Amino acid sequence: MTIADPATNVPPIRDEEELARARTAHIHRVAKWTLPSLVMVLTILAWHLYVTIAEVPHYILPGPVLVAQKMVEDWALLWPAMIVTSRLTLLALAMAVVGGVALAVAFTQSKWAEMSFFPYAVILQVTPVIAVAPLLQVYVESAFVAALLCAWIVAFFPILSNTTIGLKSADHNLSDLFTIYGATRWQRLRYLAAPSALPFFLGGLKIAGGLALIGAVVAEFVIGRAGTGLGLASTLLEASYRFNFGRLYAALILISLMGVLIFAVMSLISHLSLRKWHESAIKRE
Amino acid sequence: MAPTPPPVGSRPRLLDMTHVEKVFGGDVVALRDMNLAVNEGDFISLLGPSGCGKSTALRLISDLIHPTSGSIRWVGGQHGSDDLGVVFQEPTLMPWATVAQNVWLPFRLKGKTYASVKDEILEALKLVGLEKFQNAYPRELSGGMKMRVSIARAMVTKPRLILMDEPFAALDEITRFKLNNDLLELKAKIGCTVIFVTHSVFESVFLSDRIVVMAARPGRVIRELTVDAPYPRHEDFRTSAEYAAFCRETSDALHIAIGEAA
Repeated sequence: MTIADPATNVPPIRDEEELARARTAHIHRVAKWTLPSLVMVLTILAWHLYVTIAEVPHYILPGPVLVAQKMVEDWALLWPAMIVTSRLTLLALAMAVVGGVALAVAFTQSKWAEMSFFPYAVILQVTPVIAVAPLLQVYVESAFVAALLCAWIVAFFPILSNTTIGLKSADHNLSDLFTIYGATRWQRLRYLAAPSALPFFLGGLKIAGGLALIGAVVAEFVIGRAGTGLGLASTLLEASYRFNFGRLYAALILISLMGVLIFAVMSLISHLSLRKWHESAIKRE
Repeated sequence: MAPTPPPVGSRPRLLDMTHVEKVFGGDVVALRDMNLAVNEGDFISLLGPSGCGKSTALRLISDLIHPTSGSIRWVGGQHGSDDLGVVFQEPTLMPWATVAQNVWLPFRLKGKTYASVKDEILEALKLVGLEKFQNAYPRELSGGMKMRVSIARAMVTKPRLILMDEPFAALDEITRFKLNNDLLELKAKIGCTVIFVTHSVFESVFLSDRIVVMAARPGRVIRELTVDAPYPRHEDFRTSAEYAAFCRETSDALHIAIGEAA
């Protein structure tokens, strides 16, 4: 055995096991993208073959070619619809964030407020929004506001409940330390409770993003184009009445893409905010 | 070399605990009739088994809880929070903040900007040997290094009194010995008073000039010992016959404490 001199340029030593590990890691990195892509291509191919061979009529199940065609043909209709649905979704999500966080802060600052109102937040959440939507339509004059409320109700609860738990999850010793150093209420909230709550809030945000979209779709279904203009969900519903299944599928795919996009953006926000310190965002060797 | 503190008997008084009693839930006596005169420059260890009220005593001194009866009086009036630094058993750092930001905390809560206290923060980090890690996050540090940050935070305001609640209990022995040595050096440099809670006889003898031995159920002081070996104490003190004798004496007192509790 020799002891390597650190001054000389010694080639890195990798044994068989390390090499095998590196190979596996590389294969996993590639497969993570190629496998789902392959599954998608195969699914579309199978869909196409089935529709062609079994001669399924297009008003039952349109083939992928027809859907693609409709997507291009109806783009002038679909794109504005997507803007409408996006606006409703994002506005509802923004309101859910503001409302959820504000209420969570109120709950943690005042035990009385929490005891009094938390049960009603739960009731609001567990009552199916689809059952409330027609009422909103009756009582709220502006159909747009009704649709917004509908999406907001669904999206705000995960933010509220996660942020509330997060704000309470600060380390007890740190909390004692803040007391010893005579921290004010605001300092405690700003420097201790808020950073402790951040990972919880971001978890809630991820769920709320998806729920805001669901809320928006429900609102469009129930309240219709009167309130929001023609959104993707309204387009989808109308297309189904007219047996225009090509357009229906095109709209469905766009809604789905929106959901994926929202999730991706929320995940990115979460990663960027936590990557320096939180265990969930740290790559391990 | 740091100046040697005056002998135990002749130091000015810092804090007086007289007949302090703490009862939880109506019938659990956590601390009974504790009397302790803390002098400036003392290194006092509270030594005892679990449940002897040593942590309760620290929480009382730090004003987190208040005595059921008796009094805790700071000589020269009520202490401001600048007078006190605390180190817990866990490093208790904010994981979202860098090392320097963590040390900034006591100042930040006083409304001081980072720029205005930057020198103090860097000096404290230098004292614990972590000036190169000021921009690191706690998760990047070892257990011993985190504890050093915690110590830097406790002493950055140059408090008159630092309370330490079993700060090294969760560390391995090599790190603990190293931190014991460093703690004595630090104390000599900044000249503060330390009250140190531990259940290790060896640690208490090495560090302190006064050891308060406590017993459990109910928590109370049963004996106070003076370790009149001069500072600075180094590794050679750890292997001296004098040290062994002090340890034996302290250990005997602790056995009485445990025996009394049983």
